[in-house]
Amino acid sequence: MTGIGFLLPIALGLGLLGLGAFFWSVKSGQFEDLDGAAMRVLIDEEDSVDGD
Amino acid sequence: MNAHASIAGSATLEASLFAVEGMRCAACIARIERGLVEVPGIRSARVNLSARRVRVEHDPAISEDSILEAFRQVGFDAHPFASDSVADNRSSESRKLVLALAVSGFAAMNIMLLSVSVWSGAVGTTRDLFHWISALIAVPAVAYSGRPFFESALAAIRKRRTNMDVPISIGVIVTVAMSLYETATGGEHAYFDGAVMLLFFLLAGRFLDSVMRARAEDSVAALLRRVPSEATVLIGGKQVRRRVEMLLPGDLLFVAAGERIAADGTVLEGSSDVDRAHITGESLPERIAPGANVLAGTINLSRPLTLRATAVGNQTAIADIARLMEQASGSKSLYVRIADRAARLYAPAVHSLAAMTFLGWMLAGAGVHQSLLIAVAVLIITCPCALGLAVPIAQVVTAGALMKRGILVKEGSALERLATADIALLDKTGTATLGRLDASDLPVKAGERAILAALARASRHPLARSVTCAMEGVEAAKGDRIDEVPGLGVEGYFAGRRWRFGRPDWVGSKRDGGTTAAAFGPADGSIRLIHFADALRPDAQRAMAELDGLGVLPQLISGDQVDVVQKVAGLMGIQWRARVTPAEKTELVIEQQRSGHHVLMVGDGLNDGPALKAADVAMAPAAASDVGQMAADIVFFGDSLDAISRAVRAARRMMRVVKQNFALAIGYNVLAVPLAIAGHVTPLIAALAMSGSSILVVANALRLRSAAK
Repeated sequence: MTGIGFLLPIALGLGLLGLGAFFWSVKSGQFEDLDGAAMRVLIDEEDSVDGD
Repeated sequence: MNAHASIAGSATLEASLFAVEGMRCAACIARIERGLVEVPGIRSARVNLSARRVRVEHDPAISEDSILEAFRQVGFDAHPFASDSVADNRSSESRKLVLALAVSGFAAMNIMLLSVSVWSGAVGTTRDLFHWISALIAVPAVAYSGRPFFESALAAIRKRRTNMDVPISIGVIVTVAMSLYETATGGEHAYFDGAVMLLFFLLAGRFLDSVMRARAEDSVAALLRRVPSEATVLIGGKQVRRRVEMLLPGDLLFVAAGERIAADGTVLEGSSDVDRAHITGESLPERIAPGANVLAGTINLSRPLTLRATAVGNQTAIADIARLMEQASGSKSLYVRIADRAARLYAPAVHSLAAMTFLGWMLAGAGVHQSLLIAVAVLIITCPCALGLAVPIAQVVTAGALMKRGILVKEGSALERLATADIALLDKTGTATLGRLDASDLPVKAGERAILAALARASRHPLARSVTCAMEGVEAAKGDRIDEVPGLGVEGYFAGRRWRFGRPDWVGSKRDGGTTAAAFGPADGSIRLIHFADALRPDAQRAMAELDGLGVLPQLISGDQVDVVQKVAGLMGIQWRARVTPAEKTELVIEQQRSGHHVLMVGDGLNDGPALKAADVAMAPAAASDVGQMAADIVFFGDSLDAISRAVRAARRMMRVVKQNFALAIGYNVLAVPLAIAGHVTPLIAALAMSGSSILVVANALRLRSAAK
């Protein structure tokens, strides 16, 4: 029973961490341009463009 | 671009958004992002390929025009983009939904884990503790993720209507309230897992739906971009640049060759060719002389013109079309989506069933608490979880299958509307035909070809461009003094001999082929007439027959001359109407709708815009003007008209699957409802029923992957 006392907060905390990471990634615009991201890997690196 | 910003100089940067056409690949991204920063004053450019937009950070001192010119330098057409447009609202709606989906997913997983321990036999304090923790997760999660449904349900109730969101909201709120009461009183059953899982599944459907709709963009703004912002006005013989808003009817306008005309008017001086492709969809330039009327938004191709403005600003023909389009778009919004139609039947049935269950158990002698528990269980079991998924998942899978075939569906409900279409109205130029001029009778001798290539390259006239396209790969000959003579053609000297390409009478041909022919030849030698025609799309006849076979009657409507339309319609084997104005096209559509038909409009030009908006469902070829593309619900790539019948077949198959899905979802309820009414439903059974029916519906919709064959 004491195990639950530790495990439940840990499990919930990890879940919340993941949720927080997802919120951050959406807010910072990582899902704004999915097509562009797929294409950008094909651009040559040598004289790389300075993005945002 | 105000004064204090430019004093600050390069320290403060301004960011502007541009809508850019024709970006497709990595090379385009690199070209724009690297090319633009080389222009002094532009600090950085960032392409968003999904939204087809470029964000440019620049010195506030640099003008919008020079940024547009920078885009042209790297080979792209850009338009300034207002950030408060409809498209932006839509994408922020998708973003809200995906966050709500994440929250409900997180909550559903954690509560489900806790529920598993309760179902596997936890009793007493442990069960109460787990219920409390579940409540702690569920209440904020429902409050956050449920908002899209609650807001929509409230809006519907205010309008005294009901939609799918009303039973969903009632179900979720009642379930959570009842579970909270049970938790507080130490009861056996709490349905937090069911409520949150329901939201999760429904949000998944809602998110898919909104991703599809985010592609649709505002079309009317694009239309008015066709009119330039400034014009040259002649006042007392002097040329003065004026903003278009300051023009008055009666003003004398001077239009240079290559300039876009700013107002409707009558030509006073000069003769030239006018490119009307964006307004009328007509691919051939019109030859005009003094006395002729010209439209705002058309391009003066060859020689300077002086004209008297007859209509300016919002009196012009182009503004009329914009108004017609705005009015017409109302009829499409009247369409009630199939999911909402189902909800109108479903919601009252479910709610009266729950109420009757409550009354029944009260009469049978159970207490208020017991009867309420059972009635809520009925509500949970009947909550339209699978119904909420049934339509969007089928639409998304079908749209994905069509996309692989080069048919883009911009909105899910377009497929619902397409499935019922029984009349197809097709525009001629650019829709039934390819909308481009194909040159025939080109010279065959290598020497002549090289000279023609060199001459054609020197001109921007549509006929010369067409020759350039046809002669791709031919090495141009080296010549001297290659010069374009406005209104006549191009001439140049090759090995000392003068060659001309242009109007037949100017080159020296005895025959005059009108605007559809050009001549090419040396000053003293045989002259060749090159003919241009807008070819019919390949397989048009077969595609039309197929459409007819599906019960969709095709008809050709065009603003063109009777004999031309008759000939094209004859080749396609369908009925026709000629000399139809944009407003008449719209009327024709509405007339057919009044007589009970569902109209599919296929068109490309700006002049089809209002009709495309008014029709039940609209398709446009990908080569259409951007207004045509945006007014349409479905855009198809490629030269073949097969796309129309393919889309109709896919839409009908989708509707069959949607109906099957409804049957499956309701069938599931029919099995589970007697259990619920009898009071045998536990949270475990509710969870199983809900996820089971959702998975079944999704699996059935996945069969549509082959719908576009």
